[in-house]
Amino acid sequence: MIASAGAARAGDPVITQMQPWRETLGDPVNAKAYGTPSEFENHVLRRRVEWLTADAFSSIDFTPIDQLDGLITPNGVCFERHHGGAAQIDPAQHRLMINGLVDRPLVFTMEDLQRFPRENHVYFLECAANSGMEWRGAQMDSVQFTHGMIHNVMYTGIPLRVLLDEAGIKPNGKWILAEGADASGLTRSIPMEKALDDVLVAFKMNGEALRVEQGYPLRLVVPGWEGSTWIKWLRRIEIGDKPWHHREEASKYTDLYGDGISRRFTWVMEAKSVITSPSPTMPIRHGAGQMVITGLAWSGRGRIKQVDITLDGGKNWHKARLDGPSLNKSLHRFYFDFKWDGKPMLIQSRAHDETGYVQPTKDALRTSRGVNSTYHNNGIQTWHVQADGEVENVEIS
Amino acid sequence: MLKSLRIACCSLVVGTSVFAGPLGIGRIAQPDEIAAWNTDIRPDGQGLPAGQGDVLTGEEVFVENCAGCHGDFGEGVGRYPALAGGQGTLTDDRPLKTIGSYLPYLSTVYDFIDRAMTVGYGPELSDDEIYAVIAYLLYSNDLVDEDFTLTRENFTQNRLPNEPNFIPDDRLTREGPHFRKPACMENCKADVNITSRAANVGQTSE
Repeated sequence: MIASAGAARAGDPVITQMQPWRETLGDPVNAKAYGTPSEFENHVLRRRVEWLTADAFSSIDFTPIDQLDGLITPNGVCFERHHGGAAQIDPAQHRLMINGLVDRPLVFTMEDLQRFPRENHVYFLECAANSGMEWRGAQMDSVQFTHGMIHNVMYTGIPLRVLLDEAGIKPNGKWILAEGADASGLTRSIPMEKALDDVLVAFKMNGEALRVEQGYPLRLVVPGWEGSTWIKWLRRIEIGDKPWHHREEASKYTDLYGDGISRRFTWVMEAKSVITSPSPTMPIRHGAGQMVITGLAWSGRGRIKQVDITLDGGKNWHKARLDGPSLNKSLHRFYFDFKWDGKPMLIQSRAHDETGYVQPTKDALRTSRGVNSTYHNNGIQTWHVQADGEVENVEIS
Repeated sequence: MLKSLRIACCSLVVGTSVFAGPLGIGRIAQPDEIAAWNTDIRPDGQGLPAGQGDVLTGEEVFVENCAGCHGDFGEGVGRYPALAGGQGTLTDDRPLKTIGSYLPYLSTVYDFIDRAMTVGYGPELSDDEIYAVIAYLLYSNDLVDEDFTLTRENFTQNRLPNEPNFIPDDRLTREGPHFRKPACMENCKADVNITSRAANVGQTSE
């Protein structure tokens, strides 16, 4: 509400008094040859959950999605997931090998790779274990920890099919094995159909070289598929006639359902959304009145067509406003603008993708899968907004 | 002289066209380069090196190099993974996933030890030592006797018990129709109650 006109009172000193940034010169040009955010933004950081992993080398941290807006994740806060630490590789010493069922086993230097035709695409990368800590019920007290194993950047890279064509795939070549050069030597099997479709071998993110923790100097980009397949520090692509069933597609990144049967090769990240503000770390401080609900929606099967918002725990739903470009297998930004009456709310978002898939409830997933599948929890998130504006992670009937 | 140079030039061009791809970028990978990196192993035994190792040798190697994280008997230390036990727990409230209870193929164990455990996390082990460690892990999971020796030749005969319980991703057929119904927009339910509140209690589903 706008304060009513009445007797004049003392003005806001930041307006009525001279401020230091007005009366002295600021920093000169090039004071920081590589820019960093304002010191007032130093709370916008990746964070780690200490108890989640045995050590910090095979571990993960989380993107501060509560603090971000728009579609693109800044490079410095893209979540990290390593299996043997972040390798530091001199690009002059890096090679990409293509071997196996090919006409010509080839080796490329980073300079060689700059000569191939390249493309730019914006894609989300979500870890299969995003929201995995919530399978047994509400647990984490921030959206950074419940949904922060995700980022969305523009990649510059070479279509993998162009590189495979350069080596010549033999007719019985049906799978690829992508391998990292880091201490974990991470490997994943990917079927040839996907490899020839939209997979990229990327060397730039958001216009600059890949960050070390994102696989510098070279990574695989596997649009819409779980992050573990996006091999970082990519050094080798092998062509084979069968999958390899390596550790990260057998012991890990397989989904154990309640009946004891496990699903393997559950690559696609299904449609999902979450409200990033208000959320536990983004309480409402302004009281009742006009406000913005915002969040993110995405689908590994394509574009998001619609996002619904409920304020009453799912009794009634309203269409949110999708804003910014709607790109294939990219994050989508949504907003819902309304006047809050100051009463408690149970707010949720629900994504629909272009295949007609509607984001399910967490209970619907549990009914189908049990609570021990670890990965692929794309259920609807509920935030309890209290009358004082504080926000709590809850689940509802 | 000029003629011989020209011949050398042209034969080089011909040679390149035989080996080069459509864009002519990169060079042929040499046999020793492929051998250095192409160490991956598959369930059918493709990639296994020559070698062998027995349970008792494996116990010594394991206790010396692996037990600090995985425990003397493969029971796991802290949040480091258990490698033995857990058979029959996959439908329990808290399943224990190990080589004996969960993993579908033994080849995964060889590939992973060779790839990631004996560099970075541990000292380099010989091929014979890796065979021996795997023989010990089979023994720790009650899958072989104490006098067992694992070799390249008998490797693929060692099938793991949970192999039949893996199926390909079936979300599209299992859940697809259910999760593609039109969504309710108004008066979707009468009552709503809070059933669970965030409590950071260190729950992972593994």
